[in-house]
Amino acid sequence: MCNSRRSLDELDRRIVVATQAGLPLVAEPYLQIAQQLGTSEAEVMERMQHMLETGVIRRIGAVPNHYTLGFHGNGMSVWDVPDDKAQLYGRRIGDLEFVSHAYRRPRHPPEWRYNLFAMVHGKDRNEVMEKVARIADMLGDDNRAHEVLFSTRILKKTGLRI
Amino acid sequence: MDEIDRAIINRLQESFPIAHRPYRQAAEALGIDEAELIRRLERMLEQRQLSRFGPLYHAERLGGGLSLCAMRIPLDQLERVAEQVNAFPEVAHNYARDHCFNIWFVLATETPQRIDSVLREIEQTTGYPVYNMPKEEEFFVGLRFHV
Repeated sequence: MCNSRRSLDELDRRIVVATQAGLPLVAEPYLQIAQQLGTSEAEVMERMQHMLETGVIRRIGAVPNHYTLGFHGNGMSVWDVPDDKAQLYGRRIGDLEFVSHAYRRPRHPPEWRYNLFAMVHGKDRNEVMEKVARIADMLGDDNRAHEVLFSTRILKKTGLRI
Repeated sequence: MDEIDRAIINRLQESFPIAHRPYRQAAEALGIDEAELIRRLERMLEQRQLSRFGPLYHAERLGGGLSLCAMRIPLDQLERVAEQVNAFPEVAHNYARDHCFNIWFVLATETPQRIDSVLREIEQTTGYPVYNMPKEEEFFVGLRFHV
């Protein structure tokens, strides 16, 4: 039976809650989650595999803290490109190794003209600006305007609630 | 951080096994043993070289609403507005940025329909418009990060 569009049930949600802060650092992590939730290891593994295949889990692995690793610059670059080319350029920008997030978003003219967002990482602001210049070169005349917004302060940071 | 730490970060960003002894499998591929991999992951989490280790969930596919929102706030009002915005439990992250659009926050709601009503509440509370910039298309999320 094809159940790939099955929505999340109660046990899936409990698995999400139990693992969203991280996987247990023990030899048998899925067994530990299963015991915590009163189910079997096979059930937890099957459900996580399913969530991975359907994209509910983007990936499982290490999330580096770029700040601690010396990447002290990160700038939100925003671009005004023709709408009919936003997908093409979005994909190309997303393929760059120094970009962590790339999205197409709505414009709000006249105050906000940009439709493509890319988070650019570097050792410092200068390196971020060099990388932004590489994106600008790639876009050529289709880059009608761009800016880089650096964060000056974290006003709030909490985990995702579900 | 030594060579092995760097190899762990480089190799374990993309995927990690779903298996009975996943750390043993991953450790073998790195040429170390299971206990050492676990010990190194613990240390890198403690020292904040890793911000987390485990599954990364896709918020919208969990059934909730998610959007990036921006506001243009006069500097002398920034602290008050930031405080009012942050008081909404639906505001997950909020960053000040060096631009006339100076407040950028992520809204996470239990259902997609809730986004609009929370936005209106924020506008009423703060007295300033909220520019809603939900993603229309996603091209890449996650850094393939080489150390």
